[in-house]
This record gives sequence, structure tokens and C-alpha cells, in this order.
Amino acid sequence: MSTSTPPSPARPVFEYAPAPESRSIVSIAPSYGLFVDGEFVDGTGEPFKTVNPATEEVLTEVSAASEADVDRAVRAARRAFEKTWGPMRPADRGKYLFRIARLLQERAREFAVLESLDNGKPIRESRDVDVPLAAAHFFYHAGWADKLEHAGLGPAPKPLGVAGQVIPWNFPLLMLAWKVAPALATGNTVVLKPAETTPLTALLFAEVCRQADLPAGVVNIVTGAGDTGRAVVEHGDVDKVAFTGSTEVGRSIARAVAGTAKKLTLELGGKAANIVFDDAPIDQAVEGIVQGIFFNQGHVCCAGSRLLVQESIHDEVIASLQRRIGTLRVGDPLDKNTDIGAINSAEQLARIRELSDIGEAEGAQRWQPACDLPAKGYWFPPTVFTDVSPAHRIARDEVFGPVLSVLTFRTPDEAVAKANNSTYGLSAGIWSEKGSRILKIADQLRAGVVWANTFNKFDPTSPFGGYKQSGYGREGGRHGLAAYLKGNDQ
Amino acid sequence: MIGNDRLAVRKTYKLYVNGAFPRSESGRTYEVTDAKGHFLANVSRASRKDARDAVVAARAAFPKWSGATAYNRGQVLYRVAEVMEGRHVQFCEEVAAGEGLSSSRARAAVDAAIDRWVWYAGWTDKLASVLGGANPVAGPYFDFSLPEPTGVVAVLAPQQSSLLGLVSVLAPVLATGCTAVVVTSEQRPIPAVTLGEVLATSDVPGGVVNLLTGDAEELGPWLAEHADVDAVDLTGAPAGRAMEFEREAAGTIKRVVRPPVTEPDWTADPGLSRMTPFLETKTVWHPMGV
Repeated sequence: MSTSTPPSPARPVFEYAPAPESRSIVSIAPSYGLFVDGEFVDGTGEPFKTVNPATEEVLTEVSAASEADVDRAVRAARRAFEKTWGPMRPADRGKYLFRIARLLQERAREFAVLESLDNGKPIRESRDVDVPLAAAHFFYHAGWADKLEHAGLGPAPKPLGVAGQVIPWNFPLLMLAWKVAPALATGNTVVLKPAETTPLTALLFAEVCRQADLPAGVVNIVTGAGDTGRAVVEHGDVDKVAFTGSTEVGRSIARAVAGTAKKLTLELGGKAANIVFDDAPIDQAVEGIVQGIFFNQGHVCCAGSRLLVQESIHDEVIASLQRRIGTLRVGDPLDKNTDIGAINSAEQLARIRELSDIGEAEGAQRWQPACDLPAKGYWFPPTVFTDVSPAHRIARDEVFGPVLSVLTFRTPDEAVAKANNSTYGLSAGIWSEKGSRILKIADQLRAGVVWANTFNKFDPTSPFGGYKQSGYGREGGRHGLAAYLKGNDQ
Repeated sequence: MIGNDRLAVRKTYKLYVNGAFPRSESGRTYEVTDAKGHFLANVSRASRKDARDAVVAARAAFPKWSGATAYNRGQVLYRVAEVMEGRHVQFCEEVAAGEGLSSSRARAAVDAAIDRWVWYAGWTDKLASVLGGANPVAGPYFDFSLPEPTGVVAVLAPQQSSLLGLVSVLAPVLATGCTAVVVTSEQRPIPAVTLGEVLATSDVPGGVVNLLTGDAEELGPWLAEHADVDAVDLTGAPAGRAMEFEREAAGTIKRVVRPPVTEPDWTADPGLSRMTPFLETKTVWHPMGV
């Protein structure tokens, strides 16, 4: 690009004293079992360890559910569906969900610290985003439980039965809430498998279910890796499969449920375009770009990982972006000053490194701020690639890390064409001060969520989900209920 | 069909692709008989290449059709019903012959098919109000959700109900703003060919509907795995093959409508069940501030 940009003025970097959140609020047992039929029980699979990705410290050992364990969980869920949860008055189902929402709020700090320990995300995010939103999801869906006939999904909507749910490691508690709250509100029971690297908040949630006196078997948590997930998805007595994760696994799940009567919803990968027009408020846009790609270390399926900047403002935006990134604090997730925490696992770190190296090898320019990374743990600095072509792997593949690819465009049509040039279609961003332009571009983007002059906002009332190979079905809002009710493919 | 002392002019039965009536590129035809086994026509047997051409046409037609106003789309679809009405006698004869129905039952089926088309024509400008809306998010944002068409839909039409069944699976796809590639009933394709002639004269842009006469067993796998098809309706899939087609469709995460165990009573009220599978929900957020 042009070399006429003046060098970034030196900015004072303020020294911050560490402000760590105390971890004393959580007590992690040396080992954990599965939560089946209202009891914590040992799994019969090979136990596995979960580590703090910021330190590589082993946090605890967790049981893995074998096929037989999953079968017991599904049978418990079926019994609960037939005997307690299904026949229960809808208003009472709602009251249980209200209880759960309140318990999550009461124990919010504990959940936030545990989430940051197990996942590596900054406490600022687990405290201000993950946990409050999880509670909000239960609160929102609690109210639906006795109002389903007003949801526009038929006069007497009926639950499906037992839902098998498999969730990822990027928002462990929040994804649990997105899955469990609508399933229970609509009268289903669940068998949920959390990700193998982040099982702890799901197990703490099991304790919340006990405190709420939720009837046994309504929620079952089976920990484990891919084999456990497969057992959940392929179990013959599961009526509904809900999965959030990679498109590759989503494909195999869609194949596995083919020919069955199971209802399926998939929330898969993304490669969102974040489009900045030349009339955008640059400072706001830069904040949005940072929020779009570095929120949760970029471990976000809807991350704004492709920045499309109008050519005339490219240099200005990149200079401003680099200045802003230079002030981001990478480090201890429990430090309240931290902006970017740890990469969730060694495996994910290796993938981010590999794709970044490919980006460089294919000719894109890598930029990273000077930034001291802790000696132990899994870390990757915020990274910006410029001179990216639409054919580059870093412009096509989901990196799922703090890596931004920058492309340019000249006309709105070109922006739309480039934004839609993806097998994914989960989300997109638009930055412009012109309302008519925003509405036109939003209309043309093939993406399930479009953020205009904002990014990465979530709410239980707002449907979320993808176009194309980003999956199908919606979570949240009135639309999300359809995924758990008979006869509605909305 | 038979004049008194006049020798009838017979029709050549061809495909309907991209607004034109080509023969199959394969040069293949197959014999279609009436319910009693008497010869009716040699109908084009569409090939894999024809199916791919149809997908190209449907994709090219999608931006204009999905971008038309809902009011305009409704008027065009209503126009289809008007032109169908003008072919009422022809449809009745063809349905009666192909399905072996009495003339009164054939007439009932044709009446229902035309009325169903009218019903769907009236849906185009209601869907967004019924299925979309504002979302009361906890923050200073205006947030709304709208239904949008998913794109190109491949439809394996019912094998038994040659007109009412066909209309019942095709009209909803068009009402949503999607474009369609349809494999017609193999043994009873003639009303579908006539419907193609109706569509060609009803202001429906070429490529919006593509009708392939032929074998769903042969064409189904190609359409199910085609990367430029967004959704498949397996209603007319041959017994025992639907699971395989659904697996093929998983490769590109297509939206799939599974086939019923047996062909349903097409006169029943379909509700929204045949439109919602082909609609995506888009949610847009914008900050509120001064």
C-alpha cells in the first residue's frame, strides 16, 4: 500500500499495577464425575485432565462418559421427559428456569473465575459478558415456558423429547445456556456434552441444577471428547441434536442423523467480513474492528476476521488500528486489566500458528505489536495481515484466533461481492454514517447476523445463526424455540 | 385429445430450463403411458448435465427474483394461477389420464392446485411480518430479524400427485423468493410439462423455475451434492434412497426436507411448513444514539 502514511506518533503506555481477581472463590475438587439422573457418578471411559491454558497447570481430572454412560444419561432424560418434566405444568417449568437464572446471578463471580481459569478468557469478559448473558438466557426462556402457544409456532406446540447437545470450548457456560434454556423451556430434557478442554463450568452448572431442585434427569452432563459426543448424537433414543462447533464436525453430524427422525440444528464456523466504508467514523470503527476480532482471543465463530476497508482510507485505518492494538494488554486472564487472554489449548495454538505461517508464505504481510507474552501457557499476540488476497487461506479458512486479515475494496458492489465470497455466512459488520447504505448492504449480505456500527453483540431475544455452511436453525428469540418444538422448521 | 375427423397435432415433450424448452442434452427420452398403459408421449429424460445447467440457470435467476418486491412477486405468482385457469381443461385431461382419476376427481385436483397457487401468491408480502420482527435487546440498539430466501432449492416432486402435489412443493419455494430445480414425477410428468408452458407465459423470469422430467433416482444424488444448491426437498425421493441423498446434502450443510413415509394428502392445509425450511433469518443490529 501507499508509503505516505506518517509514522505512528509514540504514545505513552501507562503502567498498570496487576489487579488480579482472587481465585479463592472457586474450590476445584481433585476429580469430577458425570452428572446423570441428578447424581454425580463416575464415568467408565478413560478420565482426562483439564488444564489452565494460561499456566498449563492441571486443574482437575474429569471422568469421560463411555457409550454405556451416555446410554444411562439418555434413559434418565427419557424417564424425566415422560414422568416429571413433560407432564409438569408449564408455569412450573418456567419457575425452575427462573430459579436457575437467579442462582447463576448469585454465583456469578464463582462462575466467572472458574470460566477464566478453565478457558483462558479475560475475567473482564467472563464477568461482564459470558455469565450475565448466560443468566439472561435462562431468565428470558423461563418466561416462554407457559406462553409457547403465543409464539406463532402453532396453537399447541409440543416438545420433541430428549435433546442431545454438544457445545464448544469458546463460551462454555454461555453455549450451555443457549442450548439448555430453550430446550427446557419448551419441555424437553437434555443430555449435554461440554468440550473436553472446558468442562468445569458445566459441572458447576450441574450443582446449580441441584440447588434449584430441578427434577433428576432433566439435565444430564456427560463429559468427554469426540467419542462421547458421537455417542450422544448417534444414540437411537435422542429426538433432537443441537451442535455448535466446526463445520467439519457439523457435516459429520448431519451425515450421522441422515435417515433418522432426529431434528437437527447446527451453528458452525464463520469468516465474517467487517466492512468499513470511507464515510465511517474511524475511531468507532477501529474500536469495532478490535472488538470484532480480539474479543475472546478471536475464539468466536462470528468474529470479524476479514476486514474489508475502502481503499481510500486503508492507510489511515491501519495506522489507527495498529496504534490501538499497541495498547491492548495480553496476559493473565484473571487480571482485570487484561484485554486478551490465553489461547484455549496447545492444539488450537498450533492451528493458529500454522495458518499464520501459511498467510506469510502466501505473500500477506504480518504485523504484530511488541508484546511480552508469559513464559508458560498458550499465547498468541494480536496479529494483523495486510496485502491479503481473497484467495489466501487466511482470507478463507476460519483461524479461530486473534488474527485479522485485511482486504480492500473500491465500490459498495465490490465490498458485497467480496464479503459474500465465502462458504460461510454467519455474521458481518458494516461501518458507515449513511443509513440508506447500511440498510442496502445489510440486505445484500448473505449472513445470519449483521452488526452495523457495532460488532459482537448478543442478546437472548435476538436470533443468532448462519447462512450457507455456517449451519442452520436459530438460537435465541422466538425463532430459537422452533428448534425444540415439533413440526416447526422455522 | 382426439378430434372427430381431424388428425391431432401432437406436442413434443421437452424440459423447461432457463425459460426455454430444450430436449435433454443426452438425447434420451422415455415412454410415458396413461394409468391403463396406453402410450401418451415420449418424454425427455433429463441427464446429470441437464440438472447442472438447471442449477446454473436457477442461480443466475436468484438475485432478480429474490430482489423483487414481495408485492411484485405476489402478482407474478397470481398471474401463474390466472394462466393455469385458462388451461383448466387441459390440466384435467392430463391429470385424469396420468393418475387414472375420474373426470370429477381430476377436476377437484386441478381446482385445488390452482387455488393452492393463489394461496401461496398471497403469502409473499406477509412472510416478513409473520416471521420477522423487532427484538427487544437489553441495550441501546435497534435490532430486527427478517426472513430471507435461502437460494436455489432442488425439489424432488411427489411421484403420485402429478399436479396438486407438484404445485404444493413448488409454489412455496417461489413464494419465499427462492429459485427451483424440480425433478418431476417420473411416471406422471405431463402436467409438469404443461405447467412449464404456463410459467413461460406468466411473467416468471426464465431460470426461476426449471422442470426436469426424468428419474429422481438418477438425478437426486447430483442435486443433493451440488455445491451451488442451498436446499433439497426430498419429498419425491425413491423409497430407500432418501437417507443417501440426505448424506450427500450434508457435504455442504444443505437445508433438507425429509420425505414423508407415504405421500401425504395434498389437499390438507400446509401451513408454513413448506416455506420455513427455505427461509433464513437475518438479524440486524444498529446502535441508537444522537
